[in-house]
Amino acid sequence: MALTQRSIKDEILELTADGPRLIGMRCKDCDNYVFPYQEGCNRCTGTNVEQVRLGTKGKLWAWTVQGFPPKAPPYLGEASPKKFEPYGVGYVEIDGQLKIEARLTESDPEKLQVGMPMELTTVTLCEEDDRDLVTYAFAPCA
Amino acid sequence: MTRIAIVGIGIHPFGRTEGVSGQDQGSYAVRAACKDAGVEWGDIEFAYGGSMAAGAADTMVSKLGLTGLQFINVANGCATGGSALLSAYSTIKSGAYDLGIAIGFDKHERGAFRVKTASSGRDWYGGTGLALTTQFFGMKINRYMSEHGISQRTLARVSAKAFRNAELNENAWRRKPLSEEEILQSAMLSYPLTQYMFCSPGEGGVALILSRADQAHKYTKKPIFLDSAVVKSRRFGSFEVLAPSLALDWSAGPTVDTSKKAFELAGIGPEDVDVAQLQDTESGAEIMHMAENGFCEHGEQEFMLEKGETEIGGRLPVNTDGGCLANGEPVGASGLRQVYEIVHQLRGDAGKRQVPNDPKVGYTHVYGAPGISGVNILSR
Repeated sequence: MALTQRSIKDEILELTADGPRLIGMRCKDCDNYVFPYQEGCNRCTGTNVEQVRLGTKGKLWAWTVQGFPPKAPPYLGEASPKKFEPYGVGYVEIDGQLKIEARLTESDPEKLQVGMPMELTTVTLCEEDDRDLVTYAFAPCA
Repeated sequence: MTRIAIVGIGIHPFGRTEGVSGQDQGSYAVRAACKDAGVEWGDIEFAYGGSMAAGAADTMVSKLGLTGLQFINVANGCATGGSALLSAYSTIKSGAYDLGIAIGFDKHERGAFRVKTASSGRDWYGGTGLALTTQFFGMKINRYMSEHGISQRTLARVSAKAFRNAELNENAWRRKPLSEEEILQSAMLSYPLTQYMFCSPGEGGVALILSRADQAHKYTKKPIFLDSAVVKSRRFGSFEVLAPSLALDWSAGPTVDTSKKAFELAGIGPEDVDVAQLQDTESGAEIMHMAENGFCEHGEQEFMLEKGETEIGGRLPVNTDGGCLANGEPVGASGLRQVYEIVHQLRGDAGKRQVPNDPKVGYTHVYGAPGISGVNILSR
């Protein structure tokens, strides 16, 4: 077992003592949010933007289930057809900010429903240099 | 104003052709189109061509003949073919040239598109397992079905129709009819879409020769007029493929904008269309695109499919050649295949899959990454 976790990319996913946080863009002129961070606002076309930690709780807006192993590369998780396990994918609407596309920890269509509350977590893709390489995901929450 | 006519069409069969490069499939289509128009390659004044995965189009002149023509490569994602056609259309309209060709071909590896989203550093999006176009289609139709009352049976009906139509098309890839049950019970790839509800990346080539309408009689007895050719990208707030985040705001996707503009330019409405080819990357896409292109209200598709209204003999035949579902999607060629089929339908020489009652107006639509759409309206 790996000793610690390593983010798939620090610039987009920060692993803090209080849990994972996604880094996005906020436009200081029109209050538009984009993930990941970019240097221009796609709504007002301005450049007066800042990096922010995005909200971690929201509601499921759309979903599907990835039923076959993605091609590797680029996929970093388990891609062998024998060991692959389907995972959920969806957009989670963060109130007042944006909708974030992410993996879901739930992959049973019977247990996924538009509007259900979700919160940010991480899932492990593989081991890298004795550490768990993790990416972001949303999990159902109360 | 100068009208534009399509005076020659050529195709290389779609599917898998071992040992023949994508570019050679394109050249094959070019020669077939020249033969159809009764012209030599040396008569062609300009060309626009493209592929996504099979190399630069312009190098095909080394085999077709070094005539010195203006040849411009086009790369515009899923609208590559549509963009080549629009460019050819605009070039003749501008008065620069009178006779030109639009070429599209491709040859993709097997399986879902391998999308690389980082040119340097770690590809976190692909690495996470999100760089799959199939996921977008699953999410969009899943949400659409619950909002507008579309059943999974209707998804299966779309696929069954595609394979049935393809059986009548000698250039199609998947020509074996499948029952709705077989489609519903095939492997679940991206809920609620099963294996036989998805098209596959494939191979193929198409070429279309265009001329000024007032010169079309020199090449063909049955010119088909290109009344509008439009390509548009997405606006803020639309729900698109391969998007790590979306705005809270909502706006209709590029298909809606492109369709409206195309109808405006042609001076007609959806009710005037006799036969349509709509992007059917998967069966849900055909359903949603019926409404997004203005052919019905959201939700009406359930009833329309049940009544067979989009069959070859129905009120509005859709994807009469089997669409992407049965032809596969060689990205560079796909949009031009739709136009190729409409030209046959409007000429009245589509053989066993000919739409009855003498169709006069045809419509083609593509949609794809990263949120782009192309629409053409044709008439005779």
